[in-house]
Amino acid sequence: MARTLTFKIFRYNPTKDNDEPHIDTFKLEETPRLNLFTALHRIRENQAPDLMYDFVCRAGICGSCAMMINGRPTLACRTLTADLADTIELYPLPFFKLLGDLSVDTGVWFHDMAKRLESWIHTTKEFDPTAEEERMDNTTANKIYESERCIECGCCVAACATAQVYPDFLGAAGLNRVGRFLFDPRDTRGEQEWFELVSTDAGVFGCIGMMACDDVCPKDLPLLEVFSYIRRKMNAGVKVAVTEMDLPA
Amino acid sequence: MRTLISDVLVIGAGLAGERAAIASAQAGLDVTMLSLVPPRRSHSAAAQGGMQASLGNSAKGKGDNPTVHWLDTVKGSDWGADQEVARIFADNAPIAMREMAHFGVPWNRVEGGPREVYIKGKKTTIVEDEANEGLITARDFGGTAKWRTCYTADGTGHTVLYAMDNLAVQLDITIHDRMEALSLIHEDGACIGAVVRSLRDGEILNYLAKATVIATGGYGRLYGESTNAIINEGTGSAIALQTGLVPLGNMEAVQFHPTGIVPTDILVTEGCRGDGGLLLDVDEYRFMPEYEPEKQELASRDVVSRRMKQHILKGKGVQSSYGEHLWLDLRHLGEKHLTTKLREVYDICMYFIGVNPIKELIPVRPTQHYSMGGIRVNKDGMAYGLKGLFALGEVACWDMHGFNRLGGNSLAETVVAGMVVGEKIADYANSAELNANISLGEKFAKEQTDLIEHLLTNPGEEDVYALRDEIAELLKDHVHIFRTGEGLEKAVAGLKEILGRLKNVKVKATAPGMNPELSQALRIKGMAQQAYIIAKGALLRTESRGAHTREDYPARDDKNWLNRTLASWPLGADEPEFNYEPVGPLDLPPGDRGYGGGQMINMDLSLEEYNAKVDAEQKALGKQDTSEPTGVSLPKEAWREESPYKDAK
Repeated sequence: MARTLTFKIFRYNPTKDNDEPHIDTFKLEETPRLNLFTALHRIRENQAPDLMYDFVCRAGICGSCAMMINGRPTLACRTLTADLADTIELYPLPFFKLLGDLSVDTGVWFHDMAKRLESWIHTTKEFDPTAEEERMDNTTANKIYESERCIECGCCVAACATAQVYPDFLGAAGLNRVGRFLFDPRDTRGEQEWFELVSTDAGVFGCIGMMACDDVCPKDLPLLEVFSYIRRKMNAGVKVAVTEMDLPA
Repeated sequence: MRTLISDVLVIGAGLAGERAAIASAQAGLDVTMLSLVPPRRSHSAAAQGGMQASLGNSAKGKGDNPTVHWLDTVKGSDWGADQEVARIFADNAPIAMREMAHFGVPWNRVEGGPREVYIKGKKTTIVEDEANEGLITARDFGGTAKWRTCYTADGTGHTVLYAMDNLAVQLDITIHDRMEALSLIHEDGACIGAVVRSLRDGEILNYLAKATVIATGGYGRLYGESTNAIINEGTGSAIALQTGLVPLGNMEAVQFHPTGIVPTDILVTEGCRGDGGLLLDVDEYRFMPEYEPEKQELASRDVVSRRMKQHILKGKGVQSSYGEHLWLDLRHLGEKHLTTKLREVYDICMYFIGVNPIKELIPVRPTQHYSMGGIRVNKDGMAYGLKGLFALGEVACWDMHGFNRLGGNSLAETVVAGMVVGEKIADYANSAELNANISLGEKFAKEQTDLIEHLLTNPGEEDVYALRDEIAELLKDHVHIFRTGEGLEKAVAGLKEILGRLKNVKVKATAPGMNPELSQALRIKGMAQQAYIIAKGALLRTESRGAHTREDYPARDDKNWLNRTLASWPLGADEPEFNYEPVGPLDLPPGDRGYGGGQMINMDLSLEEYNAKVDAEQKALGKQDTSEPTGVSLPKEAWREESPYKDAK
């Protein structure tokens, strides 16, 4: 028999005078293969026309719809109600600026992160439209792609203990981005430059190793491997720096 | 109200918009990008399979060149394309791929030596040239003579968009996300900016610029059942149409992709079939070779979708509670291939429909996927009818796709048009004077604030979501893969009735701020108008060409219909106006596509006679002067040197 689902949804509209954060409850009949994309649209279109949330691709690709679903950050579009109990609690992701109800401003945070990390290929080469492309072996291309698969949904940051107490922390998404460019032979940044960028509390040494990020990442990015790679690299960087200091003047 | 001024305003920050913005920023111009969503969430990110460019590095791409790519594109378009634009595209695609590599895209690369692949259902060994080791490789896609589709696994749109946005961040291009353009500000036949609503707090503000660029993607969501992201509601083409000055081209040319999954309508890439996937029917019988012995599963999308529908109508579909479907079989490709090169497809099947493609068949059916039609622009990307307005990418009818686009050609179009048109935009903005007519902008903004007030306070009872669904139903029922005069009449009548009810739309949500219901209500008129133009255009076009299939007019009629539909909506008029222009200069004479079958009615003009009227007729319908004369980028009869199918794959 079809279930009647109970949705308990966090509501708050910061543009509305005197609004207070609260929980609204909605009932919805479950239909076969119902996911939270369809469920939330049904609630909005029939019960709560001002309900705010974000979906774009509704296919698990664009990273818009991450939210706390029964206490766990994940993508709403590909969460099936069949996998959840009768009562479903939805909250916005913590850490990010709240825009309203379940909608948070991940876009601006990720844009700023890209800027901080200078998330682009650093090279002095100019593009030559008449030349053959620079060669790269396919294994390297695949390795870059592994980290490039991040969809900036923010689940890792929402799940991160460090990020909740230290807002400057780059989070797994930021460190993964560092890894992506470290792996890329086209990027000419040297170890010293990377060291200055990420060997701080906001970077790789802020991580306390609980690895909730790795548990919740909807794209199964190899975050453990990327972190240990960066740490090894940075430790090598420290050694170089110490040796330099030890040199007689 | 606030008015923000820049040199170039780009509405839409997907691949096409960003690449154009970058061209202007690199030319030293001050650029502002607006986007409904953060740029990296644009629908470009969802493109899976790849981008066509004739690099010819892979074994099965040997001998490829821009002429062969151009031939495939023109045939794919069923001769509806502007052949010169298709040529500009094919010539620049290899440069664009290499440029994207320079910007950081981790393209998959050639690995020298033998490897096993599936071709036409058979396991085959091909040997990649050791000398090409490390160059950009390519996979097979439909309707092509060569393997030409460059890719990063099945996340190509994602990696290219991320590389592009990285560059936009590096160049410090201003991005205002969660912004929706509601109308274009213009005077004396020139566009000077846009009225914009913030989707964060509801603020109405104006952006003025020397050049305004629309790159907002397609109108697939009009169909409801679509592979498109939910933001693809034709917002950019709507505001161009609503100037009353700018025509939309070929809106009836709507692509249905063979493999939307059932249910949810999420796309699984054509790369599935390119890599060897097969289509099966209810008996698990492989039916495509019967219909298309040469191309089989890899005929063009219009043809494969038509054949699938035809086969379902023969009673060979699989019944399900979500309607009839067919199967896509990827099982033989094996776990490694499915969890690396087709990993997104694997994830989509597992998460959304609980199907493991390593062991199980994937339920698929043809689903609305791409809008060939859009804002009609000249080869420089400038809109007909309004100076200083440009459009590119899916929202534009630049028109390299005609009545059917090839897989891998739209993602490539975004970056190629971004490069080519982007330069024209920068040139224009560098020489144009800024018209900072703030009071004119405020006049245009007041029309929008008045409309918002009306939507919130009028006594009507029409529900915007119900109207959206009614529009989708009419298009699905009558303006789908197979069309008839009778069905189209019904759609036109139904949509006309809906247009009459729009004034009674009442927004129930009254809270300030984002107000998603108000956003939908502000879009609904443009959606209804475009749906009407699609249906009416399809009714008027009494032939079958590419994706536009009339059961009552099965022949492609080059005598009467080798032209492009232009629909504009004069201000205050009840009906749009339809005009027709030549498709552009012809070099490849209309002929058989080599797949799809069908009849043809030959044109009665010589190519010279046809070509002689192109420019004058297009200019009479609003084409702006181009930086170079029409036809100069189309080398005469270069294709005679190429016989692409002689050493076909």
